[in-house]
Amino acid sequence: MAKQHVMTTINDNAVEFLCDMHQTMLDVLRDELHMMGTKEGCGTGDCGACTINVNGRMACSCLMLGAEAQGKTITTVEGIAQSDKLHTLQRKFIEHAALQCGICTPGMLVAAKTLLDKNKNPTEEEVRYWLAGNLCRCTGYNAIVTAVLDAAKEMRGA
Amino acid sequence: MSEMRYEAPKTVEAAVALLAGASGTLRVLAGGTDLLVQMKSGRVDPTLVVDVKGIPEMTTIAVENGGFRFGAAVPAMTLHEHAAFSKAWPGLTEAAMLIGSYQIKGRASVGGNLCNASPAADSVPALIAAGATATIAGPNGRREVKVEDIATGPGKTSLGKGEIVVSFFLPARPAHSGDAYLRFIPRTEMDIAVVGAGINLTLDASGKCTAARVCIGAVAERALLVPDAAKALVGTTVDAAAIEKMGAACSAAAKPIDDKRGTKVYRTKVCGVMAKRAAAIALNRAKGAN
Repeated sequence: MAKQHVMTTINDNAVEFLCDMHQTMLDVLRDELHMMGTKEGCGTGDCGACTINVNGRMACSCLMLGAEAQGKTITTVEGIAQSDKLHTLQRKFIEHAALQCGICTPGMLVAAKTLLDKNKNPTEEEVRYWLAGNLCRCTGYNAIVTAVLDAAKEMRGA
Repeated sequence: MSEMRYEAPKTVEAAVALLAGASGTLRVLAGGTDLLVQMKSGRVDPTLVVDVKGIPEMTTIAVENGGFRFGAAVPAMTLHEHAAFSKAWPGLTEAAMLIGSYQIKGRASVGGNLCNASPAADSVPALIAAGATATIAGPNGRREVKVEDIATGPGKTSLGKGEIVVSFFLPARPAHSGDAYLRFIPRTEMDIAVVGAGINLTLDASGKCTAARVCIGAVAERALLVPDAAKALVGTTVDAAAIEKMGAACSAAAKPIDDKRGTKVYRTKVCGVMAKRAAAIALNRAKGAN
């Protein structure tokens, strides 16, 4: 099968890849670029485990073709920390024990960061609605919502 | 799986030429939130996918003749974030924003919601109630079509070979107008409508209803415009009696199926209830309370 040549930007790096037309962005990240941070949960856009940020908007990478990445600016969970310094959100997830098995965590982090990039002071309700597309079967969500609100607070310098 | 071609043309004409010139299973890709699920499940095995997100007129919102024209591939989030659009058409905006999670709303488009032709599509009853027309481009040029004439049944549309929905036009808003869309789901978020109801109405200075459109969803093979429901409102002050009559007209027009989301009897009753509640919201908006 003919492969598509794609040039894109992932986590501030120029990236080129060849992909099969049927490959999703999730397949490309994991199988072609060997970036294993982004997880596959349902594969049908319901669970949010594969959430990435594309041109400032979050998207399920399982519902995006790899070919669509051409010319886009993408952030994955690997782009959230600054080299070996964890992002405040990541630190707060650890502090509040906002994860157990960890499958939902990359998607949660990308979604929460997308929220805090546009809304520095979200209410608990806003956080809960924003994360409605990210399913977690371990935590019961409270610790996650607390971690996001606490991270927002620290990032505001409050 | 078939060999699949992916194309991302920059103009509507190029997209039409690709679709008109190809054979096999052809699909237009906007947000992909339905198409990729269908491809993954094997329900659709396209030989050509035409990504229309690189086409400016399909991805922009513009003021036109005092109304709005928005591209069929504009994501729900973009409609929501457009202050003037969401202020003029809060019901349509809210309907589009009911579709899935924020991950989905950032990609899913009204054009895709319409052309996927699910009877439960949330933005479609609101779009029909708004009196929107669609610009369709095809091998023989462009035509304007009422939105209610596009979906014909589950997964089926009246579009011909090589035709695509390019954009929607919403006419200028008279003073004292309001729209609303409500759906019933058994959860608070992220579900498919059991029933939906979209209402758009205009009052005169004295508060009398001069125009109304009522459209119900998920209670037939496609969204149904209900002229009898609109008639029940026009000429009244949209008082309790008129709203009651309008709801009854919706229930009378409904012809739902029994499925796992709801029974016929339940859907018939609840579509009237949703229409009545939506009418009350639209009325408040028409009176200036947003």
